[in-house]
Parts: sequence; C-alpha cells; structure tokens
Amino acid sequence: MRYAYYPGCVAQGGAPELFNAMKLVGERLGFTLEHLKEAACTGAGVLQERDPELADTLNARTFAMAEQRGLPLMTICSTCQGVMSQANHRLKADADYRTFINKYLEPEGLSYNGTTDVKHFMWILVEDYGLDRLKEHVTKPLTGLALAPFYGCYVVRPTEQLGYDEHPERGTYLEQLISVIGGTPVDFSGKTKCCGFPLLTMNVDNSLRMAGTHLLDAKGQGADAMVTPCPLCHLNLDGQQPGAAKVMKTQINLPVIHLPQILGLAMNIEPHRLGLNKHIISTNAVAAKVPA
Amino acid sequence: MKTVNLKVKRYDPETKESRYEDFSVEVEDNEAVLDALIRIREYQDETLAVRCSCRSAICGSCAMRVNGGAKLACVTKVDDVANEDGEITVEPMGNMEPVKDLVTDMSGFWSKVRKVQPFLRAHQPPPDREYIASQDAMGDLAHTMNCIMCGACVSDCASLEVDENFIGPAALAKAYRFVGDPRETQESRDDRLKELSKYSGIWDCTHCYACVEVCPKDVAPMERIVDLRRTAQESGFTDNNGTRHSDSFAKSVSESGWLDELKIGYQSFGLDDAPMQLRMAPTAVRALLKGKLPPVVHHKRPGHEHVKRIFQEMEKE
Repeated sequence: MRYAYYPGCVAQGGAPELFNAMKLVGERLGFTLEHLKEAACTGAGVLQERDPELADTLNARTFAMAEQRGLPLMTICSTCQGVMSQANHRLKADADYRTFINKYLEPEGLSYNGTTDVKHFMWILVEDYGLDRLKEHVTKPLTGLALAPFYGCYVVRPTEQLGYDEHPERGTYLEQLISVIGGTPVDFSGKTKCCGFPLLTMNVDNSLRMAGTHLLDAKGQGADAMVTPCPLCHLNLDGQQPGAAKVMKTQINLPVIHLPQILGLAMNIEPHRLGLNKHIISTNAVAAKVPA
Repeated sequence: MKTVNLKVKRYDPETKESRYEDFSVEVEDNEAVLDALIRIREYQDETLAVRCSCRSAICGSCAMRVNGGAKLACVTKVDDVANEDGEITVEPMGNMEPVKDLVTDMSGFWSKVRKVQPFLRAHQPPPDREYIASQDAMGDLAHTMNCIMCGACVSDCASLEVDENFIGPAALAKAYRFVGDPRETQESRDDRLKELSKYSGIWDCTHCYACVEVCPKDVAPMERIVDLRRTAQESGFTDNNGTRHSDSFAKSVSESGWLDELKIGYQSFGLDDAPMQLRMAPTAVRALLKGKLPPVVHHKRPGHEHVKRIFQEMEKE
C-alpha cells in the first residue's frame, strides 16, 4: 500500500491533528505514504473560478509528480479529492489539453501523461485495502457509539467526475467504515449536504446556519459524534460550532471527529496521540464511551 | 409486470398536515415514476395531486423528489430508483410550500426569475437587418437556453434551505443567459452584474454542486453562477467579500504554493469591517488556545518558485 500522499493545506494548517492521526493510522495499516511536499494547493474551487486552466495546471503538476514516482495519489480531504477528480477527468479525456498544460510544467522537468489515479483514503480503505483486512486491526470496537457520517459535498458531487458510475456505493463508505469499527451509523438528512464552509467569508449567518442545522439534525437522531473525511467541513462543524450554536439559538455540543481519528480509536491508539484534545468541541465524552 | 411500493408524501391543504402513504402498484418494464403515480391516481386514489403535462421532459411540470433528490418523474425509470424491496419514496420539491400532495407553489420561483429581468435589452436602435451574434458566443449560452424551468435546482439548493432571500440557481442561470448574450448592451450587462453582486446574489451560492447534479437538462446552474462571478469581477464589481476572498487565495498560493488560512480569514471580510473582524476573533482565539492556529508567519512550500512562474506565465496570456 504505497501512495504519493497529498494531505492538502488544511491538514498542514488549521487541522494539524488530522495530519498526525493519518500518520499513526497509516503506519498501523501498513501504508507507505510519500508526501509530495512540493505539490501546490488544489485551488479548492476558488482558483478554478478565477482561471480554470491555471488551476488545472497546478493539479496536473501534482499528478505528474505522482506519475513520475509510478504511484497512485492519496488524499485525506473531500475538497481536495473533488477538485482533483474533476481536473483529472478533464486532463485524462483530452490529450491536446494535456499538451497545452504540459508546456507550463516543462521548465520543472515534469509532464503529465494522464495515468495517475487520485483516491481519497476513505475510498482506498473500502476498494483497495478491504474492510475485512481493516477489521483485523480493530482491537477496541466502538460498540455503543452512535456516529453520524458527514461526507462533504466535493466527494459526493458531481457523481460522474467522482467515479460513482464505476463505484456506485461510494456514497455509503463512511457508514460501512463506521460499522466495521463497531460503531452504529446514524442516518440523518444532512449527511451529503454542504457544511457551509465555502460561504463562511461571504455570508457568515447562512454558513453557520448550514453547519448548525446538520449538527442538530445528527444530534437529534441520537449521534454521539459526527465523523468526516473532510478537514474543511471540520473547520466549520467543529471550529465554528460555538458560532453556529449562537445562530441556531441553542446548545449543540456535538464532537466532530476526523475519519483517521475514529479509526485510530478503534485501533486502541490513545486519544491524545490522535489529537482528540485539539478540537474546539470536547471529544472527552466520545473517548469515555469507548469500551475499555 | 412487476409490483413496486411507492411511499408518497401527501399534504392536505385543509388540515395543513403532511403524512406518508404507501401505494402498491403494478408497472411495466421501463415505465417511469410518473406512470406509476398516474396509475395510482386512476385506479387507487383519485385525490392524489400530481402536476404533469408533456410526459417527455419538455414542459418541466413533474419535478419532485424521488428518494430524496429532485427529478423529473416522467423520465425517471422505476427500475433505476426502486430499491431491492421495490420501494421508492416520492415527495414534493423542497424549498417550496406544497399546494397539495406532490404539487408545490412555484410563485416564489417565478418572482425570482422575473427579478433578473429575463429578457434581452439589446442595442438600440436595432440594426437595419438582424442582430449579428457569433456562433461561439451563442454556443456558450446553449446550456442555459436548455432550462425548462422545472425547479429541480431550486428544490435541492442548500443556500435556499437556510435563506429564502437567496435568488437561487434557476434565476441566476437565467441571468447569465442575458449577461452572456452579445446583443445585450454593455450598460445593461453592467447593471445586471452590479445587482447580482449584492447580498443574496451570486456570492451567496455555497458551491455544493447539488443543482448541477439534479438538473435534468445539463444547465449546470452552479457553473453559470461561477461564470457570472468571473464576469462580474472582470467588469470591475470587486467590492465584495467574494472577490477579496478570491484575491487573497490566489495571492497566497502564487507566492507560497499553498493557502495562508490565517490571512484569508481576515482579508476576505475587509480590514475596515470591524464588526465582522470582532465577530470572527473568538474563533481564532479558541484555535490559538488549542495550539492549532495556522502559523502567523506563513512559510513557503518547496517548489513555490515554480508555482509562481506558472501563475505569471498563465496570467500574462
């Protein structure tokens, strides 16, 4: 399980606990991750709005780095995955477009031939690693924990570019993973909706209302915590949760856990090593509920 | 023939109450959800309210939620949406009030479409013969001209769920149809872009792709909103958080190779927006106390000089 590794900006910035948890869990599972330290930001949909060709060039540069190593590319961020899937869809489909883009990569000795596969850690676990194999690492099943899956829009839509035609069950992977580690998946209507993060600087109230609605929805369905494969969602659902509670005029207090962290708990890695003490909303109740 | 079970969300306008009702109905292979609903209405319950007309995905009358997502019932095959137990959930569109059962009140939808003045304001006086428009320019509008005003995009819009004032994806896609039309006057185009750049306009879309996913005619409303944002910025309508956010993002990536999360936070609101800076300050303090405030001194990634070169070369062209 060797991958070119693209953790993305937020896991190396505002959510460092995700980066560390992925490192620990990756080691347990036997992943070898070659961190592409020279890779640039994906553009997160923002650069794509300004200049689609420029944004595709930055992503082609990253794909070329993975291609040069002969490795598939692994992400741990729904937003990075979505943006890269779309860019790769365009680049793989059009050799002339790749030729145009490659002009800008040449001075660095790079060229993208359209062979890199880009996969989120969540997809890799189910499709390549295997749930049975993952289960072998579960030494502390999370029995009794009700966990609400929150995917992040970019890993859910647009389905065509995200490979849902070939893998129609990608919209159920979080629930499958929660079940494998012994937790109980909680169904709620907001699980594939927007967390509101892209609106945070444009319209704070609307952004926080989105986050608050989904958090309260999940809590209302009995969730002990929410689990997300997207650090940008985490910034809004955890980091902005006090503000969301104000906008919703009620208490929320729902812990939001990164996917590698919840897997780590089920592998009996200590909560503080997974960075669960780094969250804005306390995760103590979650860790306490995990059977000894 | 096979039997499917439709779980239909019904609304009674007299009691103002909603409830789900199960109908078991026989369908032929390849029949649509609308066929099943019409069969229920004809043979089981004539009070079931369903709006439909052409049954060919042209009139846009029969949009409704099937298994949670907006679809045209006339082109949604039962076989494609029934689960392994033959069950299908059918509900009225979201973000609109039900009139009865599956029929929704679209008056809000139409008033927002009217608000963008969905008609051409062309150069005057008209030319002696016809207005000349290039194939390329009109080709760019082909997506938006496919819109059949079914309301599916509005039904599933995440921004509208939290803010009914947002003008919404259908009206914005329609606005782009005229902003992008080469026959429109520059003055009119600027007038539209100025209005659309205000609160509840193009910058209130949360970019979640829900409208792109459910649109039955490939209008891709969110992509048209992105087109409007780009056109508005190019036309000088830049005094808004959206543009400040975009500028800060691009500057950060071009100079360092990655995002300066701390800077983009305060730069997007504008340094002169003291109330908003104060409102967001506690978030930064909480992150600081948890030891996860993004670095105050943003370091450059290895290879950042190549990222900068790419920006410079491509922006020059």
